[in-house]
Amino acid sequence: MALALQTFSAVRDANAALKAPGTRYLGGGTLVVRAANEGDVSVTGLVRSTDPTLSGITVAGGKVRIGASVTMAAIARHPELAALSKAARAVGGPAIRNMATVGGNLFAPAPYGDFAVVLLALDATVGTDDGELPIEDFLARRDGSRAIVTSVAFALPRAENFRFLKVSRVKPKGVSVLSIAAVLEQAGDGTVSSARIALGCMADRPMRARAAEKALIGSRLDQDGVAAALAAAGEGTSPITDPIASAWYRAEVLPVHLGRLLLT
Amino acid sequence: MAKVPVQFTLNGSEKAEFVDSGTTLLHALRDKIGDTSPKGGCHQGTCGACSVIIDGELRLSCLTVAETCSGADIRTTSGLAEAGVLHPLQRAFLDAFATQCGFCTPGMIMAAKVLLDHTPNPSREDVIEALSGNICRCTGYEPIIEAVLTTARANSQNAA
Ligand SMILES: Cc1cc2nc3c(=O)[nH]c(=O)nc-3n(C[C@H](O)[C@H](O)[C@H](O)COP(=O)(O)OP(=O)(O)OC[C@H]3O[C@@H](n4cnc5c(N)ncnc54)[C@H](O)[C@@H]3O)c2cc1C
Ligand code: FES
Ligand code: FES
Repeated sequence: MALALQTFSAVRDANAALKAPGTRYLGGGTLVVRAANEGDVSVTGLVRSTDPTLSGITVAGGKVRIGASVTMAAIARHPELAALSKAARAVGGPAIRNMATVGGNLFAPAPYGDFAVVLLALDATVGTDDGELPIEDFLARRDGSRAIVTSVAFALPRAENFRFLKVSRVKPKGVSVLSIAAVLEQAGDGTVSSARIALGCMADRPMRARAAEKALIGSRLDQDGVAAALAAAGEGTSPITDPIASAWYRAEVLPVHLGRLLLT
Repeated sequence: MAKVPVQFTLNGSEKAEFVDSGTTLLHALRDKIGDTSPKGGCHQGTCGACSVIIDGELRLSCLTVAETCSGADIRTTSGLAEAGVLHPLQRAFLDAFATQCGFCTPGMIMAAKVLLDHTPNPSREDVIEALSGNICRCTGYEPIIEAVLTTARANSQNAA
């Protein structure tokens, strides 16, 4: 079924139109048009904004701002975002990456949302016309959110501090069994001084592995040092079951893959 | 349903149509304009049969709202042959038996074309990656990969 689309240049006007019941924002359309093609009748209209600030990437003073309409392909080829390119390339095949936006990825339910996992590990803020929100608060409230996300912002990690792993069954582009992103800092003596670990597919949306993070602080990144973190990795998770993997399987393999991520 | 005008360039010719607002590009191309080279397989973004090139980038026409393409340059497989002579990719697909039922072929060719436009000498891995969003039920992929690599080799010989 076709959904009437309204296009506005100003985000403010698009936000006003989005208040009407049954309307959804159109990002790249890879989920929302797909749902309409599948016969989802809960959506009756689409709204989008062509404001150019939604499509910009700025990197200055170690801070990154990515407009919500920026695609995974644009992130992957941006020279200053090389640390994140592997993660952006992990989203879908080439055509999907040319369409999938960073704003839409924040709303994608598991098993999707691989880049949102990255943003959670990076402690990003999510921008709307009304200001900025920490990503964890945003993710917790996203189902009821009616405001257009305009941007995400974060401090660019040093390449050596950032790690990302997507586990999928069909290579190179299958959807996630799980995905893990981590920002780790080490003190001069090699022990972990700070750790942020985010997991995808371990709940209906990206979540932090807080127990594992805590267990890593003060430890070395070797077999013995990470053991407690791996034992704690599943704490608080409730993995999804889908055609790719069961919750049981995801829970079983999480420590294995987290171990690989931490030890490489 | 409100009708809206859509205007774009399709394989070098100006097209202007009125479509229902929210119509997909796939529907507009096939049912309004009559270019049936993009195929509707899954309408879910998973098969790649509907792949087209929009402003130089590979896109899925089944997930693209036609109105968002106003002013765009759209390329489909039906525009590749020139003066009745098949494009080298089309020729290679035929010669390498990379086409069986042919349903995936136009999408495969579009995906291969953007690859070769940007990477004239791709590795085998580059080809696999470029075709990774396109499903073929028939060929087992090997002949398709070979057809793309053969085209690339021929191009680089012509350029040398
Ligand atoms: C074949 C296929 C494979 C895929 N593979 C992956 C994968 O490997 N990894 C992955 O993470 N995802 C994957 N996806 C899912 C999807 O492509 C991505 O998650 C993508 O980033 C979603 O972005 P979008 O712009 O296309 O979203 P849309 O479909 O445009 O929107 C999705 C939802 O977010 C809302 N929304 C979008 N933008 C905004 C905004 N700026 N403000 C407020 N609300 C907004 C929409 O209203 C809608 O509810 C896949 C999808 C398909 C079809
Ligand atoms: S019909 Fe568009 S991807 Fe299958
Ligand atoms: S030739 Fe039949 S689907 Fe590919």
